[in-house]
Amino acid sequence: MSEANSGPPAVVGSGAAISVRGVGKTYQASAGPVQALLPTDLEVAPGEFVVLLGPSGCGKTTLLRMLAGLISPTEGTIGIGDKPLFTGRNSTPDRDALGSLGFVFQAPNLMPWRKVWRNIALPLEGKGTTRAERRERAAEMAEKVGLADFLDHYPKALSGGMQQRVAIARALIHRPSILLMDEPFGALDAMTRDQMNLLLQQLWLDTGKTIVLVTHSITEAVFLADRVVLLSQRPGRVQDVVDVEFARPRDLAVTAEPHFGEQVGHLRKQLGGHR
Amino acid sequence: MASEPQAPTTRDPSGTRRETGPRWLLWVTTPLILAAFIGGWKLYTIVFDIGELILPPPEDVWFALIELLGQPMIYQATYVTFYETMVGFLIAVVFGVALGIVLGKVRSLERVLSPFLVATQVVPKVAIVPLLLLWFGFGLTSKIFMAAIISFFVMTQNTILGIRSIEPGHRDLMRVIQAPWWKRVISLDIPAALPAVLTGIELGIVFAITGAIVGEYLGGDEGLGALATVMLASLRTDQLFAVVIIMTLLGFLLYAVVAGIRRFAIPWHESSGRATSL
Repeated sequence: MSEANSGPPAVVGSGAAISVRGVGKTYQASAGPVQALLPTDLEVAPGEFVVLLGPSGCGKTTLLRMLAGLISPTEGTIGIGDKPLFTGRNSTPDRDALGSLGFVFQAPNLMPWRKVWRNIALPLEGKGTTRAERRERAAEMAEKVGLADFLDHYPKALSGGMQQRVAIARALIHRPSILLMDEPFGALDAMTRDQMNLLLQQLWLDTGKTIVLVTHSITEAVFLADRVVLLSQRPGRVQDVVDVEFARPRDLAVTAEPHFGEQVGHLRKQLGGHR
Repeated sequence: MASEPQAPTTRDPSGTRRETGPRWLLWVTTPLILAAFIGGWKLYTIVFDIGELILPPPEDVWFALIELLGQPMIYQATYVTFYETMVGFLIAVVFGVALGIVLGKVRSLERVLSPFLVATQVVPKVAIVPLLLLWFGFGLTSKIFMAAIISFFVMTQNTILGIRSIEPGHRDLMRVIQAPWWKRVISLDIPAALPAVLTGIELGIVFAITGAIVGEYLGGDEGLGALATVMLASLRTDQLFAVVIIMTLLGFLLYAVVAGIRRFAIPWHESSGRATSL
């Protein structure tokens, strides 16, 4: 796990954490085929924080779900590390490649019948770990997301922001090198969202994970990202890639800087006034 | 840590706190309502001078009940009804829930079978009793089948509902963490479907006792239902009422046990606070 996050994004090409080559997705709807994502290329360097930004229906979630092996691309290849994620069309995703991924959904997707620590430890179950080990590792992760005191609570006793913290802890419990996040803070209020952004940045700086985060919030994208990948309205395609070079760790004051405003304005203009 | 966690909001499981009154409320209201009911009953028999063959006054029913409880045959009859209900119910649980799981998982199969399932439900079950008597005789077997048939469908339906209501997000989660199929069954399918399945079982026990008693009414000489027909034939309306009260108590008891199991099995679930399905 490298600690070098503050440097510029690593060279695109070999050694990428995620490589997307010509990946597209066409759904077969009853009214005919719907192209959700045009063939897309994207390389994510190890330790890089990439944000996929776009309006709803731009295929950003589709792309992320393909990276997680939840749906398979209709064309192109995805590489996780040096392994192809899919070894042929419609095949099941590669187990090792999937094992190096953590996924945070839009909804926390916590199991209401499990206490917080058992929700966090779920990915470790059935993988040769004892209950005591799982509890210990869950406690460790809970501490990192600021939930050390809530291990034995049921999810329904937690607020939305805290539930999403549990979800983040769960996504990281098996020590993946890559974290995929699908609009993880979209359902939270603005203040909680700011807190979660700061927490996420800190986690990222501490652990050196590669993060791909999907959002439709321009400020969130610019605040978090090393690189913002702007996707256009359906059919989705990469419209622009913007490097964001504010020093880390960024605090909320960075959003008041003129250059921050310029970058937000640039992105907003390309989105055609969206948000 | 970059930020402080928010204080936990302890919410009522249903989202909003509904005022249901103090804990002792039922202990006061239940006897009061019961007393009012019995008082009204007594008044009605006096004011309208109802013959005791039609509606015996409450004290007659009370004495009949005491008298019945002094005889061993009432216990024998209660046991028979209990036995039929439980065996029929357990058969229905096993087959009903199993079928529900299969149909819930395999949608195409449910589509193929659903007209037939509905058909078996629209047939008035009481009309089948003569057939059951013909096939299984006047003994306990025909009643067991009646109890099973009548309670089966509601459990299948609820199990299908439970399996269907598993959240897609949870399924995605299990795929992302590469849970093997057995892990998905144990850690997702069963706990997620359990509330609906238990609701079905809760309803099923009530149907089962109804089935057993209807079976007894229509044929055979054992059980509370048969006893009721004997009371009717000998024009002992007071004793008939007493038997109905015993049936009610038996039903209450069985329902309470099943509802208790529900609360014990899914303490996390919103419905566990109180039985709402009846």
